[in-house]
Amino acid sequence: MTESVTTTASTSAGTGKPFLELKNLQVHFPTDDGLVKAVNGLSFTLERGKTLGIVGESGSGKSVSSLAIMGLHKGSRAKVGGEIWLDGAELVGMSVPEIRRLRGQQVAMIFQDPLSAMHPFYRVGDQLVEAYRVHNEVPKSVARKRAIDLLDRVGIPSPDKRFFDYPHQFSGGMRQRAMIAMALMCDPQLLIADEPTTALDVTVQAQILDLMMDLQKEFNSAIVIITHDLGVVAQMAQDVVVMYGGRVVEAGPVREIFYRPEMPYTWGLLGSIPRVNRGGDHRLKSIRGTPPSLINLPKGCPFQPRCDYQQHVEGHSCTGEVPDLLQIGTEDHRVRCHIETGQRKKLFTEQIKPNL
Amino acid sequence: MSTSTAAEQVIRAGQGEALLEVKGLQRYFPVTRGIVFQRQVGAVKAVDGIDLSIHTGETLGVVGESGCGKTTTGRLVTRLDEPTGGSITFEGEDLTHLSRAKMRPFRREIQMIFQDPFSSLNPRQTIGTIIAAPFQIQKVDSEGGTKKAVQALMERVGLNPEHYNRYPHEFSGGQRQRIGVARALALRPKLIVCDEPVSALDVSIQAQIVNLLEDLQDEFNLAYLFIAHDLSVIRHISDRVAVMYLGKVVEVADRDELYNHARHPYTHALLSAVPEADPDALAHRERIRLTGDVPSPLNPPSGCRFRTRCWKAQDICAEQEPPLVQIGAPGHQAACHFPEERDVI
Ligand SMILES: Nc1ncnc2c1ncn2[C@@H]1O[C@H](COP(=O)(O)OP(=O)(O)OP(=O)(O)O)[C@@H](O)[C@H]1O
Ligand SMILES: Nc1ncnc2c1ncn2[C@@H]1O[C@H](COP(=O)(O)OP(=O)(O)O)[C@@H](O)[C@H]1O
Ligand code: SF4
Ligand code: SF4
Ligand SMILES: [Mg+2]
Ligand SMILES: [Mg+2]
Repeated sequence: MTESVTTTASTSAGTGKPFLELKNLQVHFPTDDGLVKAVNGLSFTLERGKTLGIVGESGSGKSVSSLAIMGLHKGSRAKVGGEIWLDGAELVGMSVPEIRRLRGQQVAMIFQDPLSAMHPFYRVGDQLVEAYRVHNEVPKSVARKRAIDLLDRVGIPSPDKRFFDYPHQFSGGMRQRAMIAMALMCDPQLLIADEPTTALDVTVQAQILDLMMDLQKEFNSAIVIITHDLGVVAQMAQDVVVMYGGRVVEAGPVREIFYRPEMPYTWGLLGSIPRVNRGGDHRLKSIRGTPPSLINLPKGCPFQPRCDYQQHVEGHSCTGEVPDLLQIGTEDHRVRCHIETGQRKKLFTEQIKPNL
Repeated sequence: MSTSTAAEQVIRAGQGEALLEVKGLQRYFPVTRGIVFQRQVGAVKAVDGIDLSIHTGETLGVVGESGCGKTTTGRLVTRLDEPTGGSITFEGEDLTHLSRAKMRPFRREIQMIFQDPFSSLNPRQTIGTIIAAPFQIQKVDSEGGTKKAVQALMERVGLNPEHYNRYPHEFSGGQRQRIGVARALALRPKLIVCDEPVSALDVSIQAQIVNLLEDLQDEFNLAYLFIAHDLSVIRHISDRVAVMYLGKVVEVADRDELYNHARHPYTHALLSAVPEADPDALAHRERIRLTGDVPSPLNPPSGCRFRTRCWKAQDICAEQEPPLVQIGAPGHQAACHFPEERDVI
């Protein structure tokens, strides 16, 4: 299956190739219970200065995909297939030393849990300095100045003093900010943020998201933001990929996904969330059932066991054939569903939209 | 729905005889130093003098940032923890310092659902045993035997009654939360304290549980003290909402009044920080950005506790603590020296 999702931006000047391109990425884990098919054919492109949001429920393969881009499955039992192109270089086939050179310098990652990225026994400042000196041959004093600068930029008060603190002396929000500072030490061109604000309060989340957008403007970096929070995606991303059961089920520009979604799972997601700017005593439109096991993926459409719209399918079998991810219209909007697109549009306008 | 009766309006405004009435509720956790001779060197003021009331069949939402005292409040109300000050009245009875034995009849009436559906269920007990526990503890016999009652409960909350003999690890997060709901429901309580019951769940599952809680409320005329940090969930489920900051209630009002006509700067900041799942609406919203983190409850700021992050703070804010006073619509109270309306969502 070849499928791709392209950002709206034009390709990088000169090369004609996108800055980041995933082609049919697959990640499978052999386990005692069977083969866990965590990612099954993920494709997208992303340009510098742009943000791509990946949404989906827990276990849909979001984190596994981001670890693949970082080359962090290398040396594990994971079987990684497909291609990842970053600025002209292919990462899946790259050797460990090569990808290590890239990591931190060209690509950096922000995790949900800052403690997993920071060492508890070393001072925050020293960890930032180290992150810089791995890739840059500079005296310590230069690296230290840069670290204090960045701590200041991410809003750590009195950074020259807090430089000497250990991670546990920081609050959750401060640790998250320090991790962002660490990720930015080498001006990465690609930043992967996996649930960067999920553990934070809304006011701190807003600070962190603003910070990421400011830094993106300044460094023209590309950002992949992974989250289950549709609000975060609406705020941050120009393009959105919706994942379900390790597959892309819908993808496109953010407005298409929020205002003209065509895949029943995306409808379900949008209907499930309560809205802060709307009152009313209606019930939420929940999706029945639970996400699929990635060991025994349902045959046919991955969403089939939970889908209430199968009666609208003509000429295909939801239980028998996996629908292709097909482009609709001109806006680079792609949908994986057997219902015919005209019918999907009608269903959305008549049945879904009025209840959102 | 806009057809609320006069009685409902009274309830919405938080007036009339309350099911639960909390006054000046306080919980200080002593902080000690020394190993042999422990001496108290301070206190974490987790809950510091709050007033709340809940009526039969009503949902009071409690929202606020991590550490502001939401869970502690819930634990005090269910008497899982002992207050260091204030009073808790339930149906006119003072429960504040009742002994274990005297508390027993009230335990039936006030139940709790916990945030973490993983750690709140004993992994070595079957689902049947877990849900039956309240019957055993209260020595209640139900018609047709406990098993039948438990299976009826399982059915009611959307669990397969045939799974009676299974263990918690065999269930997903959403199903475990249903088990917690069934256990809380077993003795037909009048009030359930729900502490972040959907925060750990995926959105599609979260919606299932929220809908279940709303259905059960209608069916059994339950009152909920619903604790969450998600302002969208709180707006959806609550009749009235209390906003907490550092152990205090800073604003409380009828749900729509709070979301549309908030007066406290902290409420404004919270609301404006919520990223709405609507790209165009977001672009037009006013943004208030707080700096820094919530101060330590060990040593809260003098006067108004929000003043270290408040853009409107004046000298008086450091000197005098603003009382929670009536403002705007009936039942709307805010604690600020300079309250004003502001359009933030
Ligand atoms: N047993 C305890 N001993 C000392 N301090 C405590 C204890 N329990 C809670 N606290 C402190 O009391 C304050 C309020 O805690 P609480 O758990 O009520 O917060 P919360 O609002 O529920 O936060 P969250 O949103 O993170 O659940 C916090 O500062 C917490 O660290
Ligand atoms: N090292 C591993 N071995 C086996 N299965 C794994 C491993 N890492 C992740 N998985 C499985 O892959 C699936 C996708 O995981 P993940 O990408 O973390 O989901 P999410 O979308 O929540 O980030 C899950 O079913 C998870 O249990
Ligand atoms: S292909 Fe069939 S099961 Fe899958 S989303 Fe479309 S209608 Fe539903
Ligand atoms: S009392 Fe003063 S510091 Fe407190 S919220 Fe009002 S204006 Fe801000
Ligand atoms: Mg993840
Ligand atoms: Mg809590």
